[in-house]
Amino acid sequence: MTSLGGSPASTQWIVQRSSLASRIGSGTLILTGLALFVVPQIFDTNVVQQLTSLLIFLILAAMWNALAGYAGLVSVGQQAFIGFGAYGTIFITQQGVQPYLAMILAAVASAALAAVLSLLVLRLRGGQFAVGTWVVAEAIALLVALDQGLGGGTGISLRGLNVYPREVRTAFTYWLTLGFAVLLLVLLFLLLRNRTGVALQAIRDDEEAAASLGVRVGRLKFVLFVLAGFGCGAAGALTLANTLFIQPQSIFGVQWSAYLIFMVLVGGLGTFEGPIIGAILFFVVQYEFADLGAWYLIGLGLVAVAFALFLPRGLWSLINDRLHIRLLPVGYHLIQLSKKAVR
Amino acid sequence: MNWINAIIQGLFLGGLYALFACGLSLMFGVMRIINLAHGDLAVIGAFGVWVVATQAHLSPFIALVPVLPVMLVVGYLLHRTVLARSLRSGPLTPLLTTFGLSIVIQNALLQIFSPDVHSLGSLTGSISTSSWRLTSQLSLPYLGVLTLAVAVLLLGALQLILQRTGFGREMRATAQDPETAALVGVPASSVYARATAIAVATAALAGAFLAIHSTFDPSSGPTQLIFAFEAVVIGGFGSLWGTLLGGIVLGVAQTIGATIDPQYSILAGHLVFLVILASPRGRFIATRSASA
Repeated sequence: MTSLGGSPASTQWIVQRSSLASRIGSGTLILTGLALFVVPQIFDTNVVQQLTSLLIFLILAAMWNALAGYAGLVSVGQQAFIGFGAYGTIFITQQGVQPYLAMILAAVASAALAAVLSLLVLRLRGGQFAVGTWVVAEAIALLVALDQGLGGGTGISLRGLNVYPREVRTAFTYWLTLGFAVLLLVLLFLLLRNRTGVALQAIRDDEEAAASLGVRVGRLKFVLFVLAGFGCGAAGALTLANTLFIQPQSIFGVQWSAYLIFMVLVGGLGTFEGPIIGAILFFVVQYEFADLGAWYLIGLGLVAVAFALFLPRGLWSLINDRLHIRLLPVGYHLIQLSKKAVR
Repeated sequence: MNWINAIIQGLFLGGLYALFACGLSLMFGVMRIINLAHGDLAVIGAFGVWVVATQAHLSPFIALVPVLPVMLVVGYLLHRTVLARSLRSGPLTPLLTTFGLSIVIQNALLQIFSPDVHSLGSLTGSISTSSWRLTSQLSLPYLGVLTLAVAVLLLGALQLILQRTGFGREMRATAQDPETAALVGVPASSVYARATAIAVATAALAGAFLAIHSTFDPSSGPTQLIFAFEAVVIGGFGSLWGTLLGGIVLGVAQTIGATIDPQYSILAGHLVFLVILASPRGRFIATRSASA
């Protein structure tokens, strides 16, 4: 935002929320979202399965970004909710519930878990919050591994989905994933578009200053933590549906946090568009390089460190700073009425 | 008798956790950051000692002599290259960079040393297996006593440095207000770099003791970071002796958990941590650190 210092007091200003670019951008996003629903009709099962995992990354990146980019909460423990969503689905199907319904219920249960855990971990700040969430994830993983009914440490498969033919199963999983992705992105958009969006960005920039201006920091952090718990729980349940088998060590593994940090840092922390770019990029990187094992992870770590140090607002900032484009109308632009437009 | 034994073993395990925790506590106290690569730096130290001890056929305790100064330099350079820059870009960046670094270190070690599990216990000779027998069922292992003694000495030395020396005064001043400290001629970045150097060297020392006590592999770091963090939180941020107490509480919780069932060992530690966090004291953990 430019300072108003030099302008005469009489100048008229209006606040503009959307621009041509954001109208085109949101139109394209909505069309892409709609177009994605017909993918299972056109492409074969493998493509659908790959796209499902891309959408799961997108959900996770958007959730981690909501926490770190807007509420200033760097979590290293979102795998707690990913694992809880997956194992919740297993547990609920064991009670005789249809698997797809069980996934939705498990996501809701993850949100409830987040609401309870927020009482503990939101007492912590900064690095303490980061490691605190990690401890919670480890504790839940240990508890799950103790339960023989959930397969113990060796893992368990999701049984109820075997009754459907593979094409039908992947298509339904894909639609459910897309549904969750659209729902979560719309929720985030609404949060950012409304008054809460300004408050959240104020928290991101300076928590104490925001609180001193009357922003209810604690309540907003709670809302985002619960939303992220819901989203990550859904992502966990969908990962299970996509792979049909899970083990506590991998679904509760801290490598999820490494992936999330990579996606959001590279895409653009604290922007709506960044996680989308980051998820697509990570999907491609994983597809190309995951076979390299340790070198792949070394590369991911180095790239994440480099972005944190040299381009902390990610790739999206390169586009945004030069062209001043926002794909979605979540910002505010000041337009001077009499003279040329001022940003 | 089983329980008393568990408590004694936990006491010594607590010494090890306090060793891990004091570097974490120091960096948090001075810089307000948590180094998420702390455990992995400790594992680097353990591998360093392992390489020196096996190549030169030395006792691990002697192998520490060349490794610790190297780790001081590593810590100093870590701050000058990565952390200093991270600190300038806001409170969240150090978390992201140290987490990225942690992934890099783990996988680099995996690439160099393979995922094999190592131990230094066999290289130390009788000290890692002998113990003083008090009664037929109760014994004090030499190694446990040594670890606890080293932890007490290290924490005492750090306390003395902080309270009595010029560098300690600079650290305390910078922790309270870096800008004002800089005004009177104490540049924060230099203090931070030296504090990081000390923290990394203590981490390496802790890593070596872990390697003598039990086993280590390239992915041992995160667990040790978590234990160190739990010890710091249980003991209360900002107090070095509290860290020792926190380490002991954590160690005793784990050994008592393990006495009930080996599967409960680590879980019991996590639960104690969560209970402390849920207790009325937990509310002040963040505010205490935010005040300075």
